[in-house]
Amino acid sequence: MRISELANPSRFLRAANFAIPWLGGATVIVFAFAIYRAMLVPDDYQQGATVKIMFLHVPSAWLGMLCWGLMTIAALGTLVWRHPLADVTAKAAAPLGAAFTLLCLVTGSLWGRPEWGTYWVWDARLTSELILFLLYLGVIALWRTVEDPSRAARAVAILTLVGAIDLPIIKFSVDWWNTLHQGASVFRLGGSTIDPTILIPLLLMASAFTLLFVTLLLAAMRNEILRRRVRTLRLIQASAAG
Amino acid sequence: MQTTTHIGFIVAAYSAGVVVIVALIAWVMLDYRLQRRILAELETKGVSRRSARESADE
Repeated sequence: MRISELANPSRFLRAANFAIPWLGGATVIVFAFAIYRAMLVPDDYQQGATVKIMFLHVPSAWLGMLCWGLMTIAALGTLVWRHPLADVTAKAAAPLGAAFTLLCLVTGSLWGRPEWGTYWVWDARLTSELILFLLYLGVIALWRTVEDPSRAARAVAILTLVGAIDLPIIKFSVDWWNTLHQGASVFRLGGSTIDPTILIPLLLMASAFTLLFVTLLLAAMRNEILRRRVRTLRLIQASAAG
Repeated sequence: MQTTTHIGFIVAAYSAGVVVIVALIAWVMLDYRLQRRILAELETKGVSRRSARESADE
């Protein structure tokens, strides 16, 4: 089956029904192995045991940004190609992105207090991440405010494209401004500065989180397609009754 | 020594992770059951989409 064939919602539902249990199983296995490896990591020579918070904080930060990137592609799909599943993807992804961004902010605060002596500081990285969370809330509110899904999709798509400006700001904030938050240490020119004893469990946790995200996204997209069918049936029922 | 000093922050962070992940899983599972139930109720009442009726007739 080609990817383009999944544009048909019925075909997508059949593919999702098949894939979700397998992806869910793979997520559990990779999570179990990743957590096991993460718990074996020795204390950092500077941060002590709090370095273990990184295994939640960094993957959730990546996913918060990845999810908005996906929504940006979906926004183009809605506005340019009018792809049938584009706005379904955008609507299903928004609560997931908001949840992972919130987790990033909460775990970052809990990591910051013992390392920096404060839960929060208005530096560029933290502030731009908070703006991403507020953008997610804005998108979710917009979906709920506009009743017609196609009109809501266009409005959300425009907000998503505008909000995408925040992604490079988050990524490069630690380079452009003097921040309390540390600079890039995994994906950087010259290679990672993290020791493999910590980097490998971190990448395993990132893989587990990504698998979880894909599974939840497919499940949420399936729900959204069913919700649109319910809406259609209710309109048919109302017109028949009228 | 630092492990015991900061254990509260580590436990709080992982607890937050568990809460968020469990909430997301519960949200998609409960929503799926709700949509399936509403669809089944509507179909029991004889309401169906034109495409579904056509595929059933074939």
